[in-house]
Amino acid sequence: MTTTDEIEEIELGLLLDGIAKVYGYDFREYAEASLKRRMIQWLSTSGFDSFGQALPHILRNPVIFEGLLRGITVNVSAMFRDPFVFKTIREQVTPYLKTYPFVKIWHAGCASGESAYSMAILLEEEGLKGRFRIYATDIDREVLSKAQQGIFPLKEMRQFTHNYQKSGGRSSFSDYYTARYDHAMLMPSLKEEIVFASHNLAGDGEFGEMQMVLCRNVLIYFKEHLKDRALNLFHSCLADGGFLCLGTKETLDGRSIAPYYQEIAPHTRIYRKRYA
Amino acid sequence: MPRVQGFKAIVIGISTGGVETLKALLGALPKDFPLPLIIVQHISPGSGRGMADLLDEVCDIHVKEADEQELPVGGTVYLAPADYHLMVEQDGKLGLSTDPPVNYARPSVDVLFETAAEAFGKGLVGVVLTGAGCDGSRGLKRIKAMGGIAVVQNPEDAAASSMPNNAIMAVTPDYIVASADLPRLFIKLSKSE
Repeated sequence: MTTTDEIEEIELGLLLDGIAKVYGYDFREYAEASLKRRMIQWLSTSGFDSFGQALPHILRNPVIFEGLLRGITVNVSAMFRDPFVFKTIREQVTPYLKTYPFVKIWHAGCASGESAYSMAILLEEEGLKGRFRIYATDIDREVLSKAQQGIFPLKEMRQFTHNYQKSGGRSSFSDYYTARYDHAMLMPSLKEEIVFASHNLAGDGEFGEMQMVLCRNVLIYFKEHLKDRALNLFHSCLADGGFLCLGTKETLDGRSIAPYYQEIAPHTRIYRKRYA
Repeated sequence: MPRVQGFKAIVIGISTGGVETLKALLGALPKDFPLPLIIVQHISPGSGRGMADLLDEVCDIHVKEADEQELPVGGTVYLAPADYHLMVEQDGKLGLSTDPPVNYARPSVDVLFETAAEAFGKGLVGVVLTGAGCDGSRGLKRIKAMGGIAVVQNPEDAAASSMPNNAIMAVTPDYIVASADLPRLFIKLSKSE
């Protein structure tokens, strides 16, 4: 006798197969525990009783699928999350970046842009204003348009300010935003340094040559095969001597590209690509 | 008495007053304790790895911060990293996420318990210890539903009683014990086949 739990598991599998075939998004390579939690969360607000019931609607109606896609993929972050990492970028990475006439940075999985804007602020403060571009990408187009606006809840600013100060910020964080009602709008000039674009790490190819790639707390959602795919993508577009910055609980240990990299400071997960 | 069932892992949820309780509990376990212990202790986002290092220093059993894709083994304690949810994947490996807080907490006890219940089924011991709030109650219910057993610290013995109290309201625990009796209980459960 198959239990309800087992049937849910089977329906979930069928749904992921269907989504891959119909929409080209392959979530079968996502780590199951968090994917399943997110899908159940979506189901509970969807009005459907089961994945089996939702399946034909998701496959036939792109609008319903978009809602599910958002539920599965959306990530929330903070500006200058893990301040010691940004401090290390400031102190040990920017001196190298400054030696280039123009610096290109790929921020993969940028979600609503907190981290991309943090990098823009940091690079401006370190004297790179006008000499860099950040390509901030995400799988979800809607979250990108939100990122593009550069508007965050005002209540987040206290945490962001605290992080900014601990990361070695050289100015007053309030210089970078204007408060309106319960929202804070980041300085529009910061946006000029960032290009937001749609990119799926599970399917799309590489960008041009980059001096730095940031991809933080994205790989923890991927299974082994997809982790390697993403890392190989980063590896192929990073210039020799370029930097790869992962989340503090993500590591290159045991990965095929590991021999080509060296962590620049313990626990930062900022890796430098060796010169060939 | 719950039937003897060959446990595979112990998961623990703990909050307010946790450090002292964990020091005493983990400090009393032998180095070769056969089961992995997977723990969510509520800590503030900026805490870093200090907690695992501190406990490892004072305990015979090995204490470390959990890494993603790590397969938990006996004789080792895995602590959830600050600002990440800790989960157990279906294949028994550990997973991390930066999903939004659950019960205002990241890491959240419910997230660990619910995923561990799926992975270990009746091979799981769920333990709710001192803490404020209700994190862990829903997860403990899931553990029981999947055939595992529930252990709750006696609320009168806890530095903060609401987490144990809420757990006792959510499920009928198999054991309600004072923290001083936990090491002996863990050793007994670990020897059941």
